[in-house]
Amino acid sequence: MVLQPGERHCGGWSHRRLGPWCSPTGSPAPLSCETGCGEGTWILVCRLLVPTQVSLLSMEEDIDTRKINNSFLRDHSYATEADIISTVEFNHTGELLATGDKGGRVVIFQREQESKNQVHRRGEYNVYSTFQSHEPEFDYLKSLEIEEKINKIRWLPQQNAAYFLLSTNDKTVKLWKVSERDKRPEGYNLKDEEGRLRDPATITTLRVPVLRPMDLMVEATPRRVFANAHTYHINSISVNSDYETYMSADDLRINLWNFEITNQSFNIVDIKPANMEELTEVITAAEFHPHHCNTFVYSSSKGTIRLCDMRASALCDRHTKFFEEPEDPSNRSFFSEIISSISDVKFSHSGRYIMTRDYLTVKVWDLNMENRPIETYQVHDYLRSKLCSLYENDCIFDKFECVWNGSDSVIMTGSYNNFFRMFDRNTKRDVTLEASRENSKPRAILKPRKVCVGGKRRKDEISVDSLDFSKKILHTAWHPSENIIAVAATNNLYIFQDKVN
Amino acid sequence: MLSKGLKRKREEEEEERETLAVDAWWLDPSHAAVAQAPPAVASSSLFDLSVLKLHHSLRQSEPDLRHLVLVVNTLRRIQASMAPTAALPPVPTPPAAPSVADNLLTSSDAALSASMASLLEDLSHIEGLSQAPQPLVDEGPLGRPAGGASPSLGALDLLGPATGCLLDDGLEGLFEDIDTSMYDSELWAPVSEGHKSSPEDGPGKEVGPDLDEAELDYLMDVLVGTQALERPPGPGR
Repeated sequence: MVLQPGERHCGGWSHRRLGPWCSPTGSPAPLSCETGCGEGTWILVCRLLVPTQVSLLSMEEDIDTRKINNSFLRDHSYATEADIISTVEFNHTGELLATGDKGGRVVIFQREQESKNQVHRRGEYNVYSTFQSHEPEFDYLKSLEIEEKINKIRWLPQQNAAYFLLSTNDKTVKLWKVSERDKRPEGYNLKDEEGRLRDPATITTLRVPVLRPMDLMVEATPRRVFANAHTYHINSISVNSDYETYMSADDLRINLWNFEITNQSFNIVDIKPANMEELTEVITAAEFHPHHCNTFVYSSSKGTIRLCDMRASALCDRHTKFFEEPEDPSNRSFFSEIISSISDVKFSHSGRYIMTRDYLTVKVWDLNMENRPIETYQVHDYLRSKLCSLYENDCIFDKFECVWNGSDSVIMTGSYNNFFRMFDRNTKRDVTLEASRENSKPRAILKPRKVCVGGKRRKDEISVDSLDFSKKILHTAWHPSENIIAVAATNNLYIFQDKVN
Repeated sequence: MLSKGLKRKREEEEEERETLAVDAWWLDPSHAAVAQAPPAVASSSLFDLSVLKLHHSLRQSEPDLRHLVLVVNTLRRIQASMAPTAALPPVPTPPAAPSVADNLLTSSDAALSASMASLLEDLSHIEGLSQAPQPLVDEGPLGRPAGGASPSLGALDLLGPATGCLLDDGLEGLFEDIDTSMYDSELWAPVSEGHKSSPEDGPGKEVGPDLDEAELDYLMDVLVGTQALERPPGPGR
């Protein structure tokens, strides 16, 4: 599927350009910023939507896109479940931002080029490419439908003019090449301008086709399909620092692939017990070390992290390091195990630390200390007394992701009510922000939010009982070098940046 | 009622499960957690809730393994706290998860025996099914609440012995003409081994016959739904 950059494609995403920028006002937020971008004040750059209904109108070419934007995009009832964003990932330079959704689509946004005339446009992302990565499949043997939902996207580092990314659903990983084409060959001998074959008898001279410039086209083509290697649901993929291999992890196994070979993979972790009756733990996430191509970690549903060295043995069932925090006896409950289940694990950019997310906290671990984390941050501890209700409505099983900023000084994760939290590891300050339509004015400054846990509720606070548990921020991403973040809220993608003075 | 600091006898099969500590800290009233702990009544509703969740999870065509494992483990904790003195019923097992799921699947596939013949040849490559000791034998005539629950339905033992309606004889006959040599391989657990954990009437079963009937009804629907395509419904249905 081909999309011209800047084109309002109605079959996929539509970028709603917000009105003229207003100059920001307000006081700086408490979060300090270390990259020299000024005080830690976050402003909304753009909000991007996926209104499927718009595609029905795409048949009529003359529809004014602005009219569509204004009349349809406001009404969320038009958004379908297929539009729910299921993964967000910046590429290694931050120039591109990829999202995957429940409908199996991948949408790539490209950062607006900085220009002297429109400095304030910096940080805005436009649609670059949209394609259908995975389709729903039917496993005839088991009579199961395989969901097309994109679980994860991971970029490969750029090595030539094209961009490569891995996208995966529950069973199949695909390598996609996204490339630009701005030239077209013209002057074929056997075909005329419309592509019809010529009668050879009419050809009297031969010419060499020449490349002529054309309007820029962005193409996405599947280069590799890595299938049939996972019995259980794939939850993670991770590109190795050697750029030749990557791993895919499901509930019980982790496989190592070579990018060039699609018909076989090495199984490097297998925690499936001989007798399934003994199964008490599953793999929840896995990631390669950013620099050491032989090292990776994987987390479990019991709140443990194992670090493995592939040089030690072919099958890394025995870990090199085992990270687990002893249970706090005063906090024990029937739900202790569920809330200790790790939903995401991420190496710091430096490779010295790992961060894990469980239901109520984010923890930072030093690779050299296995018996407890070096830092623990409470994401929403006010939910601790509500665990029974959250168990009842299954919210306790929600899987939140977590991310590091480029300098590993700030970590971010999502919560309910479209809240997301940032923790500054140096100043130990934290902030709660909200990704909501109400705050969607262009360049609007995000006001820190606060949840009231009891007693008198102040004017701007929200009480725990008023939280909307259907609005959860599970997926976020942080630009690799700048203070630009992408936050996915259902079918909305919010891009915020640190205010630049 | 919760008794104070009563130590329960440790079952042999529980020894490997560290989560079920001998010291019943849940029952110690001086323990901080108990002070906030739900009363005994809530505990039994928590048990019911967990059983329902397990049930719901198993009903999925492809259960979310993580969800299943967490629910089962939580159920074990609740069970252990609820019945400190009585002998625990057979431990609920997630094993059942993939195999019961597969049973439900194969029960609907069974009606399409023609296509099954060719598909069975590929079974050895499909690891997911290989865990079920008796993937095909477990099906039986509609709605027969067999007393002997299939060993692979360990998790459903929790609900009472009558839920094993997928089991028993009947299905073997369907596949007589199919090469079953693969089932004689050591991948498959021997039948005798499987039956060792047939359920006793465990104490403390909070679920009544209603749940079992619901289970039967559901399975009947599945079977009748597919079989209706092939032959008219049997008498009395």
